[in-house]
Amino acid sequence: MTRPRVAFYWLSSCGGCDESIVDSIEDFQDFARAVEVVLWPLVMDRRHADLQMLPDGGIDAVFVNGAVRTREHRCMAQMLRRKAKRIVAYGSCAHLGGVYGLANLHESGQLLRRSYVEAPTVSNPEERIPAMEPRTSQLPRLLDAIEPLDRVISVDCYVPGCPPPPELARRALEALFGDTFPVEATSAGFPPPEKGAVLAEKTALCNACPRKASIPETLKIRCFKRLHEVSPDMERCFLDQGLVCLGPATRGGCGARCIQGNMPCRGCFGPPGNVRDQGAKALSFLASLLESRDEAELEDIARAFPDPAGLLYRHSLPASLFRGRLGKPRSWERTS
Amino acid sequence: MWGKAYDGSPCMVAFTCRWCSYEAADSAGRARKVLPADLHIVRLLCSGRADPQLVLQAFEAGADGVIVAGCPPGECHYREGNIHALRRYVFLRKLLSQLGIEDFRFKLVWASASDADGFVAAAWEMAEKIGGVRPYHGRPESGPDGGER
Repeated sequence: MTRPRVAFYWLSSCGGCDESIVDSIEDFQDFARAVEVVLWPLVMDRRHADLQMLPDGGIDAVFVNGAVRTREHRCMAQMLRRKAKRIVAYGSCAHLGGVYGLANLHESGQLLRRSYVEAPTVSNPEERIPAMEPRTSQLPRLLDAIEPLDRVISVDCYVPGCPPPPELARRALEALFGDTFPVEATSAGFPPPEKGAVLAEKTALCNACPRKASIPETLKIRCFKRLHEVSPDMERCFLDQGLVCLGPATRGGCGARCIQGNMPCRGCFGPPGNVRDQGAKALSFLASLLESRDEAELEDIARAFPDPAGLLYRHSLPASLFRGRLGKPRSWERTS
Repeated sequence: MWGKAYDGSPCMVAFTCRWCSYEAADSAGRARKVLPADLHIVRLLCSGRADPQLVLQAFEAGADGVIVAGCPPGECHYREGNIHALRRYVFLRKLLSQLGIEDFRFKLVWASASDADGFVAAAWEMAEKIGGVRPYHGRPESGPDGGER
């Protein structure tokens, strides 16, 4: 019986998703016996040509993590789509655009200027920006905006998280390969994913939160507190303490690791199934939990909430309704 | 995509509530008051139903301005729905400005059922402030080869 072929590839990535896949493999020998890995830059050396030599549809599943940031990422994503039977968008960046997606609040040219010229610790008196020097630069051009992977190629299913917990990676592999993959007695076992499925819970994180019992009858927030201003209680619901937690607008299935680490949820699993735009929905519930009925008072509270876009869209800006700053010219090749 | 109105007014969406502000808009119509030509009125049960997602969707679809109109405080048929709308409005305004939508394009208005004039005034005030200036809507269709320019 031939082993299924898998590949793991990264686009604009911090490496955390690959790390979570490594963490999910308990026994590398078992893993190597179960699947044939044809491409995994983190772990093995393969050339572009090796990938091109594979037949179309020759890889059973390709796990793509990272955001589509440059022209090269887009080309690789398209090539992997040709070579793969199924594409799994792995991690927040591939699923929703990820933290990198906050770059969509700025122009690409501006981002480069900030990095190479304006940042306080940079000394670049000639103001040279390598990525923008046409004749000497071999660097791939930045696309003008980050898009989630499913806007560039068609995606078969998603594994959410930043990074996805190792158990989720394992369940994704099991769901895709069913009997051919060693299934442990403890695994919950998803059915083979239908196209477009997000391989986590359908409902919000609050359902599975360890602090659920501490939610009062009516939860009202007097004003928002910043994390550095308080010492969070380890058992009470964060919202009840006035701390912003995105649990109600975030898909569950992560095991509430952050909550157990006494940190409120930052929404990395994206919105639950019935929500189109995570940041907007988060804003909606956070505002409606406030006690105040007076516009001036609400303005004061809002003043203490300096960056709604950065907090509420931390992982999901490219997948939101606006996809970034409206008014951002979207020519794909321009970087200035 | 909505085209340019014959009277040059910008494309606006007004989310109104079935109990007060929609009545106000309706009685403005019955009294033959002139409203901006490109004003699209959406009737919800309550202004508290005006989810930020709806507002964002309106802008994304091409609106130049969005009004959320509800019952004045104390008069909401569902007790506090209009106050929820107020709470969301204050924060949504901030979020929208980060996303490139200026303050004058999004307004929360109280209009009781008999206040047709108030509704009309609010609509024209926004139309005048927006003038002919649209938020940038050029957005290439996305897709593997879409958006090449």
